[in-house]
Amino acid sequence: MITNIGYGSLIITFVLSLYGIVAAIYGERKNLYRFVESARVAMLLTFPMLTLVALSIITLLVTQHYEVQYVYNTTSQSMPIYLKITALWGGQSGSLVFWAWLMSAFASAVSIRKWSRDRDLLPWVIVVSLVTLAFFLSMIIFFENPFQRFWASPGSREIVAMFQPAGTQLLIPNDGRGLNPLLRHPGMVIHPPMLYLGFVSFVIPFAFGIAALITGRKDDRWIRLTRRWTLVAWMFLSIGLILGSRWAYDVLGWGGYWAWDPVENAALMPWLTGTAFLHSVMIQEKRGLFKRWNMILVILTYSLVIFGTFLTRSGVLSSVHAFAQSAIGPMFFIFIGITFIISLALLIKRWGDLKSEGVMHSLLSRESLFLLNNLLFIGILVVVFWGTVFPLISELLTGQKVTVAAPFYQRSTAPLFAGLLLLMGIAPLSAWGHSTWKTLGKAMWKPGLLSLIVLLGMIISGVHSIGALLGFWLASFAFFITIHEFWRGTKARHKRSGENYLTAFFRLAARNRRRYGGYLIHLSVVLMAIGIIGIEGYQTETQAKLKAGESIQLSGYTVTFKSLAEFDTNDGRNVARAVLDVSKNGKNLGQLYPRRDYFYDSQQPMTIPGVRSTIEDDLYIVLVNWEQISSGSATFKVFHNPLINWLWIGGILLIFGSFVAAWPDQERSLQLERKLASQNSSVVPVSSSD
Amino acid sequence: MGFKKLSLNLVIKFTNILFVPFMLFALIGVSQVYAQSGNPPTADQINAIAKQLYCPVCENTPLDVCPTQACAQWRDVIRDKLVAGWNEEQIKEYFVNQYGDRVLAEPPKRGLNWLVYVLPPIFFLGGLVLVYKNIKNARKLESTITSAPIVEDDPFLKEFEDVLRKMEENGKNG
Repeated sequence: MITNIGYGSLIITFVLSLYGIVAAIYGERKNLYRFVESARVAMLLTFPMLTLVALSIITLLVTQHYEVQYVYNTTSQSMPIYLKITALWGGQSGSLVFWAWLMSAFASAVSIRKWSRDRDLLPWVIVVSLVTLAFFLSMIIFFENPFQRFWASPGSREIVAMFQPAGTQLLIPNDGRGLNPLLRHPGMVIHPPMLYLGFVSFVIPFAFGIAALITGRKDDRWIRLTRRWTLVAWMFLSIGLILGSRWAYDVLGWGGYWAWDPVENAALMPWLTGTAFLHSVMIQEKRGLFKRWNMILVILTYSLVIFGTFLTRSGVLSSVHAFAQSAIGPMFFIFIGITFIISLALLIKRWGDLKSEGVMHSLLSRESLFLLNNLLFIGILVVVFWGTVFPLISELLTGQKVTVAAPFYQRSTAPLFAGLLLLMGIAPLSAWGHSTWKTLGKAMWKPGLLSLIVLLGMIISGVHSIGALLGFWLASFAFFITIHEFWRGTKARHKRSGENYLTAFFRLAARNRRRYGGYLIHLSVVLMAIGIIGIEGYQTETQAKLKAGESIQLSGYTVTFKSLAEFDTNDGRNVARAVLDVSKNGKNLGQLYPRRDYFYDSQQPMTIPGVRSTIEDDLYIVLVNWEQISSGSATFKVFHNPLINWLWIGGILLIFGSFVAAWPDQERSLQLERKLASQNSSVVPVSSSD
Repeated sequence: MGFKKLSLNLVIKFTNILFVPFMLFALIGVSQVYAQSGNPPTADQINAIAKQLYCPVCENTPLDVCPTQACAQWRDVIRDKLVAGWNEEQIKEYFVNQYGDRVLAEPPKRGLNWLVYVLPPIFFLGGLVLVYKNIKNARKLESTITSAPIVEDDPFLKEFEDVLRKMEENGKNG
């Protein structure tokens, strides 16, 4: 019953999407607006319909319908209810449904905005959104149906099918296989939704961009309309990436946060182009430059969003041969190819219309520096993209599998990231249109001096690594400049209005959320950079086999093995948990409990480190092995991760900064609207709350 | 009591006769092997090499942190090779011969693999040339026009920048 409701709703949504595409094109071509309106309603309806689909799956998961293959593969009786719900995105077909569901939510949200001023764009926004949605729905319906059930034929042969094959009976297993233990982590509960939200919300700026290309609009209206979408998409993607890093740090037990794994790279790539786009659109808004480049960036971002989903869902990463055998892999590949080629063809067609309205005046102008910023982001993208796909190309052409791992990425991207830190310091001080070394130097000398004092302090305190010194100097340079910008603004406001400094500071940020939200994000990047330099440059580790009472030392810490217990839990785990005393310079710091959980249902182990976190460093201990019966000993791997917590603190600030930047500037927007109305101007408000 | 003591002594004697030569032989054998490479390798020495090798059957996982049984065995192989006196390069070469180039963190620089290293810099240089051309044009123009900073189109920001400028001109800012 529930499977039929879910599957039926899926089919109806697919038909609705197809209808919406056809009605929107027909209405636009024939100038029959009622068809476009009808398509808009169809797009609006996709959300409630897909909500029904998602709810059907969740109901099946929670009520333990193990006759449904998806439920069997992703849940088991011992799993808590919240994990059963989140199993919606724990497997292939469920996560595609989840993707489509979020996409429909965004498409519906777009459809209910006021379209009176942008009627020409509407049909094409509908077409792009629904084509994307219909593609995902077709993948689900034809290749990855989450409602398929097990059937037993008379010869006890197991068949998986949506509808009952003749002469078979429903096969109901007693229990499921359970979710991959690595996914049973609170971070994993929120991480995929955030990532997917980021992915799907980037579809909206793309849809508007393509609509602007098709309709031939030369202005930057599409950018202004989607500015907030882009920022929200970027924020979700950032949260997804940060949570993913935290999850890796907490669960994978290898002492790091980012492995440059292809799946991680898949999420990083659209973030890179998205970040470049967020900066680059400002040039178009302020100066009318780089219209073509912005189109390229939004097309790239969309393609990378689909490519990211393709990489993680097609099986191509394990082997190009697995990809060829995968049902959805080739389809994704074709879809990416077709949408990319059509988008580029449209761009080429409008190439002449998208000429810049001005020219760059100065090397040190903000637009020039933003252009360099874009070059660096794209540089990193090329490294990451090429490193990710090269093993596939190599296997395809030579049959030889190769690995492109962290050392390659670290070496290739470190100078580019350093360049970005430098630009993050200089660019906010440069003016649009024209800046000189003199004006820049005047604005920069105080923060520059402070950063040099920090550098000197570092050298005196014994930091000798050139890379670390350069990194810390760049981070402190960007930090002081950003703080100085806040200070300048607060002081100006204080002098002008007589407000006290605190009020002036908050009102300053509230009056221009985009600018100061952006600065907060810059600050967060500085904090994250400090954490990254700390762990990348100064991580130390040691491993030893200890008997009870024996100790190992690392970076001033002494870790003493006390005991180890092995026991079963009610939720189907076998836990091996060690107790370790931790002290530093003779001072007792308490105990840590690294453990290894073995999940009986999925027969997979999970390593959970014991971590002692401070602002200064993390002591991170992994239980590698134990021989309790034979020798009463256990092997531990101990990592000392300096400054790593700044990465997480920066992550939280980044999310806060994104909120500030994306929050509508209502008060100012209203003031501007009034001002503009009084001037009888038809100019679009700069900070419209679209 | 006396009988018990006697029998215990006999057992010890018998044990000594039987096992001590064996133990000595074993110890000599082991020490001969260690003699080739000094002390037995520590876990850290093994990990230092394992860190540079990637699990041949998993995706992108270095051997030092790979939790699977197979990887534990490969770490044992590294230990055995170190005990046998092999150096880091020889062990890496052994793994490459056994499992192919994919055990290395980066593809060896030969043939098609050169593309990994060459393509990103080429792209980046191409981008740099484009940016340079743009900026060069800008500099040419800069000498022909007397451009002032672009005025903010946002009234609030314009006012704000004006106040800042005035403050800076009056030398009060700081």
